[in-house]
Amino acid sequence: MFDIVGKRPYYFAISAILVLGSAIAIAALGLNPGIDFSSGSVTTLSFEQGADPAEVKDELSRLGYVARVEEWQNDLIIHTVQLSAAEKTGLEQSLEERFGAVEEKGFESVDPIIAEETARTAGIAVAISAAGILVYLTWAFRRMPRPFHYGVCAVVALIHDVVVVLGVFAVLGGILGWEVNLMFIIGVLAVIGYSVNNTVVVFDRVRENLQRGISTRFDVVVNNSLVETLSRSLNTSLTTLAVVLALVLFVGASIQNFAVVLLVGVIAGTYSSLFVAPQLLAVWERGQWSGFLRRPSLTT
Amino acid sequence: MFRRNTWVFIAIIVVFSLALWVLLPVEGERFGRKGIQFGLDLEGGVRLVYRADLSQVEEDAREDVMDGVLAVIANRINPLGVTEPEYRRRGDDQIVVELPGSDITDIQKERIGRTALLEFREWVEVPIGGAEAEEEPVDAGEEAPLDNGEGEGEPAPGTGEEEPVDEGGEEESEPATVGMWVPAKGTIDGQEKVLNSSYFRENTYVDRSGTLGEIVLHFEWTEEGAELSEQITGRLVGKPLAIFEGSGEDAQPLYGKDGNMIAPTVQSVIRESGIITGLGMETATELAKQLNAGRLPVPLSMVGEMTVKPKLGEDFVDLSVRAGAIGVALVMLFMVAYYRLPGLMASLALVFYGVLVLALFKMLGVTLTLAGIGGFVLSIGMAVDANVLIFERMKEEFQMGRTLGAAIEAGLNRAWTAIRDSNITTIIVCVILIWVGGTVAFGGSVQGFGVTLLIGVLVSMATAIVVTRTFLRLFVGTGLAKRARLFTMYSGKRNV
Repeated sequence: MFDIVGKRPYYFAISAILVLGSAIAIAALGLNPGIDFSSGSVTTLSFEQGADPAEVKDELSRLGYVARVEEWQNDLIIHTVQLSAAEKTGLEQSLEERFGAVEEKGFESVDPIIAEETARTAGIAVAISAAGILVYLTWAFRRMPRPFHYGVCAVVALIHDVVVVLGVFAVLGGILGWEVNLMFIIGVLAVIGYSVNNTVVVFDRVRENLQRGISTRFDVVVNNSLVETLSRSLNTSLTTLAVVLALVLFVGASIQNFAVVLLVGVIAGTYSSLFVAPQLLAVWERGQWSGFLRRPSLTT
Repeated sequence: MFRRNTWVFIAIIVVFSLALWVLLPVEGERFGRKGIQFGLDLEGGVRLVYRADLSQVEEDAREDVMDGVLAVIANRINPLGVTEPEYRRRGDDQIVVELPGSDITDIQKERIGRTALLEFREWVEVPIGGAEAEEEPVDAGEEAPLDNGEGEGEPAPGTGEEEPVDEGGEEESEPATVGMWVPAKGTIDGQEKVLNSSYFRENTYVDRSGTLGEIVLHFEWTEEGAELSEQITGRLVGKPLAIFEGSGEDAQPLYGKDGNMIAPTVQSVIRESGIITGLGMETATELAKQLNAGRLPVPLSMVGEMTVKPKLGEDFVDLSVRAGAIGVALVMLFMVAYYRLPGLMASLALVFYGVLVLALFKMLGVTLTLAGIGGFVLSIGMAVDANVLIFERMKEEFQMGRTLGAAIEAGLNRAWTAIRDSNITTIIVCVILIWVGGTVAFGGSVQGFGVTLLIGVLVSMATAIVVTRTFLRLFVGTGLAKRARLFTMYSGKRNV
């Protein structure tokens, strides 16, 4: 049988690198808040004769707008500061003069008041989700000697996944100008649910194996449980990745953030539910914190 | 045991057929529900969020004023002819307007958010061509007497009940004059002023205090208002005084719930306070709110907007349907390749799942947003999870030496706690998503995602447990069951 738990220092090391790297990326590059959180306007325009995104961007900067222009299907999606009706009309007229007939297919505009409120609510939602899951897992594993440990380990794995997702978005934001919007938050919340879902399957097996008394050593129980649920964990992740990949490749646009968050989150979530949460539980239950900390060469 | 399973199998087929019948054709009507409802981002439409500046309103009057502003906005939207417009208050000082499937101009958007002001107008005949105000459509006004409320009681029957309006209206073509509503003006200190809602005191209310217990709208003028009112009603006794919303050319007449213009006939001179009788309860309450809202300047500013042209929405639907179909195909391919016969059963269960969920969307009137479709597609990937849990468990049990039948039962029973506990965490997140979606201004997509994922998780638990189990049990005791390879169960392949 594979010895996964015995090799935990390596897995912790990988996680530490991922989390540290993400933290550095977030600190250095920051996240680009989308209009949902920072206010601004997004205009979707269709150019009858087509238009080059770079040229449109030039034209906009000539008009005094710092814009980000994305291409989607045959339309251009233009991100700017908040535009009033008059400013929008003026902008469209200028573009029409240079690139020919323009049709406005969509327009979104968010004021700072709404944006602030949305950002606050999103933050609260993520916090409540984590707290709700902690409470639920503590309850679900109430017959175990230390049910709180299960909840905490699952939440640590969840935070791990969220940090990695944020890190990837900091990088994507730095390179491609991707933004963090409400769709992103939906994705993060879905990842939270998904990540814990996987962890619970492993913990459920730990619970069962403990009750069956397959070993007196907790880490052996955890290891067996992990290996027994391994193919299930991987298969479920694969089917989920398949549909998420279909969304990334075939829809894109406003759902792209959501799909990419899930893509990264599902991978990170699978990793953490196998290599972070159960390992932490094993260490904690065996009270090996001191030993765990005394081996810095293996953990960093 | 076997008998029972056959019955469950038949029940599943019946439910499936029913779901299919409900779903198809997608645009068809079933049980009074027509087609699957799409959100603004897919169907196209406009969503506007306005914020009212309540700085000039006393704290305890804010609730009423906001209700009034909403009533005023409703009056502005109704003439736009949108099929199912929605307008509601949001938080303390915001108003959300949703116009699905329609597209309005920027000017119309601005008009919806104008400051609420009600203006009184009188009917005058002016020579053709000499009109400074625009012509208003002439309807029969509300037959609502406007009184000073000083206990004169009911107007004599026939006195002033009939509007003089029609005379002017119907002979527009021939005579040299045309009738129109013009702002009712009075003069104070040599200055011409229009009688409008800013002269109301705050105690406008509706009750049933008339002599015959009929509905009465009470109002009171401020000092200046009383002076104007005295001049205007003084010269208009027996004539109608219409209430318009807005001022200048943009003004729109107010309509009652019965579709008639609100233009009560002046019964007597009104000074400090007066009453309007003869309005329906709903109309009167609405009018009282509108008058209250128009009493103070409550400027509205647009704080959020989302406009989606129907064409853009169609693109999204097409693309996500394609993504969903490809996703389903990939999942099925994987399941059959990896789990063979049980995988095929799971794929059939997945088809059942998809049809049932879509039929539920249609029956429950779930509004599908782009994120909602994303949630549905994601739930397809996650729906097979319960099956995977069961199959893996079955394999283990089989390898421990159980017969196929026993392995199926044990697999189902043992996998249940994992299925339940893992799905509950997703349900917690769904509930939070639905809450967030209902709270934030542009949360329609978030809510849609939460709802579709929640329905998806609940249905997938049921289908995995009931449908897959029933399908698999059908094989127990048949010749197929002896061919373990079909179930990918090779004894001794376990790496323990």
